[in-house]
Amino acid sequence: MSFILIVEQVLNGLQFGVMLFLMAAGLTLIFGVMGLINLAHGSLYMVGAFAAAAVAGWTGSFLLALLAALMAAALAGAIIEMVVIRRLYATDHLDQVLATFALILVFSEGTRWVFGSFPLFLDIPDYLSGPVTLPGGIQYPLYRLTLIVVGLLVGLGLWALIERTRLGIQIRAGENDREMIAALGVDISKLYTLVFALGAALAGLAGALVGAIQSVQVGMGEPVLILAFVVIVIGGIGSIKGAFIGALLVGLTDTLGGIFLPELFKLVMSPAAATSFGSSLASIGIYLLMAAVLIWRPTGLFGARA
Amino acid sequence: MKKLLMGAAALAMSATFASAEVKVGMITTLSGGGAGLGIDVRDGFMLAIAQSGRDDIEVIIEDDQRKPDIAVQLSDKLIQSERVDVMTGIIWSNLAMAVVPAAVNQNVFYLSPNAGPSALAGPGCHKNYFNVAWQNDNLHEAAGAYANSAGYGNSFILAPNYPAGKDALTGYKRFFEGDLAGEIYTKLGQTDYAAEIAQIRASGADSVFFFLPGGMGISFLKQYADSGVDLPLVGPAFSFDQGILQAVGDAAMGVVNTSQWSKDIDNPTNAAFVESFQAEYGRLPSLYASQGFDTANLLISALEKADPSDADAFRAALKAAEFDSTRGDFAFGDNHHPIQDIYAREVIKEGDVFTNKIIGVALENHADAYAAECKM
Repeated sequence: MSFILIVEQVLNGLQFGVMLFLMAAGLTLIFGVMGLINLAHGSLYMVGAFAAAAVAGWTGSFLLALLAALMAAALAGAIIEMVVIRRLYATDHLDQVLATFALILVFSEGTRWVFGSFPLFLDIPDYLSGPVTLPGGIQYPLYRLTLIVVGLLVGLGLWALIERTRLGIQIRAGENDREMIAALGVDISKLYTLVFALGAALAGLAGALVGAIQSVQVGMGEPVLILAFVVIVIGGIGSIKGAFIGALLVGLTDTLGGIFLPELFKLVMSPAAATSFGSSLASIGIYLLMAAVLIWRPTGLFGARA
Repeated sequence: MKKLLMGAAALAMSATFASAEVKVGMITTLSGGGAGLGIDVRDGFMLAIAQSGRDDIEVIIEDDQRKPDIAVQLSDKLIQSERVDVMTGIIWSNLAMAVVPAAVNQNVFYLSPNAGPSALAGPGCHKNYFNVAWQNDNLHEAAGAYANSAGYGNSFILAPNYPAGKDALTGYKRFFEGDLAGEIYTKLGQTDYAAEIAQIRASGADSVFFFLPGGMGISFLKQYADSGVDLPLVGPAFSFDQGILQAVGDAAMGVVNTSQWSKDIDNPTNAAFVESFQAEYGRLPSLYASQGFDTANLLISALEKADPSDADAFRAALKAAEFDSTRGDFAFGDNHHPIQDIYAREVIKEGDVFTNKIIGVALENHADAYAAECKM
């Protein structure tokens, strides 16, 4: 196992982690501020990817496609917040889960109705395609490096928004005491719509960015949604910082586990058995991580409440 | 639940369901991520029924949503309350394993238009079960044979960690004579292959064999093309069918894949099928559509000779397989699985459309490896 391979795998883990962060940030924000479990977050990821694929098909521009993904997901988020989600804040989590699960079905069949059952084409723009050579002779795809940078920048921007702006103060206040900030004259329903749209836009951005190297198809959001839930449970529900650390932990565990566990077991088993056993164990690696974190800290790494 | 009642006559605007004499139950995947395959099988099947002009075949179509539990419920309903004579349609091997053994034991005929798990080809074969597509290992075996003829000596092989994935690597290894530079089982439904591609890069292989059906294959091909690794790829047609090639784009150009069907197989049945499918549905057919079409034509050819109520005669008529297949020659082996040519195809671009062109025959008159274990 060479040094180059290890560095490349760490970069892969980071890239996977920052994309998970874009999903998890919106999910944790919505739960933290509104106390809502939104299963339809994966559908917003899909909306972003489909909007990007459609606009890239019409215009040929990847930047316009990203813009379209952000706007389409934010708009879809704002609409479902005003039409459906708003009625769920006062109800218990079971009603929220049922209603947002229904939204998954509506989005999936709606997308199929508009775009058909076959996957769409969305490609990396020419100026970001192909590998670059990093110091040490490591060949790494430029697009994945770009994803890492974009993810980190979005993380920084979110931190600045929450910590340094008036909106951020309102969001933090809303997490602590929603009656009080309503009494202070903040339009709480507008704030909720805004936060929901922001979370949706992040999911849409992730969908479009990842869609360029994956398959843009109906149902693409649900596997990511499950991982995003693991991330926010590890990081502590409601904490953006927790989502960031949790996403990187999950990304690295998942990527490195899949590579190194089979190698590790080859020391004590036959290669075929090691491959089979190692990859099976690697696929439950992130859940073992989650269990370990929860035993150590039942509210997650940065969670304030149980 | 989407339920479609469609007799052949319904298409001809003169529905007379009362006269329907043969009931066919189709359980296939029409919603969710794998819907493209089920829709192609259904469309190919219904096209053949419509072209036959027969108004005595009633097809009841149900959506299994790619879930084994739902497939079992639908199967119980079709057999017990609809009293179908023949069943067909299932795409996925795990669903087929949940439905087929129980169905054929209740004296229903099952014609598989896609899934061909090894368990139903060997000791678990059944006189009422016919596979019109292939046994799961077949296209992978052909990929191994092609790799030999292309002079590859050191392959890196990968497939998802589930029964059909294991059948795939087993099939490739059964025919490939070179060494293995690496062997990986990925997670089922995995969408990011950066880690595997890094291993391929470091492995020193001279070729890559992969079985990643549907969306998994799209993701892998796009990421592989962008990684700068330029080893030749070979794989079964499942990552290169007409439905997904457009979503892969240039990343698939020139890749060799193996299939029992291609739109350029030169025979009149196939030419008419490709043309009429395109006219009816406005898209090129995939191998799944050809399998649905062949399955329906097999059924119709058997119905012309015998009625399903006369099970022995009907079974013999199915076994004889006297229909014009889109694949040209078609025959069943003793375990009711096809004996057929499997082609090597290359991805090309015709105008704006990505499609496949035959470059040679990978395996001629190929039967499956499990036939000898079948005691029928």
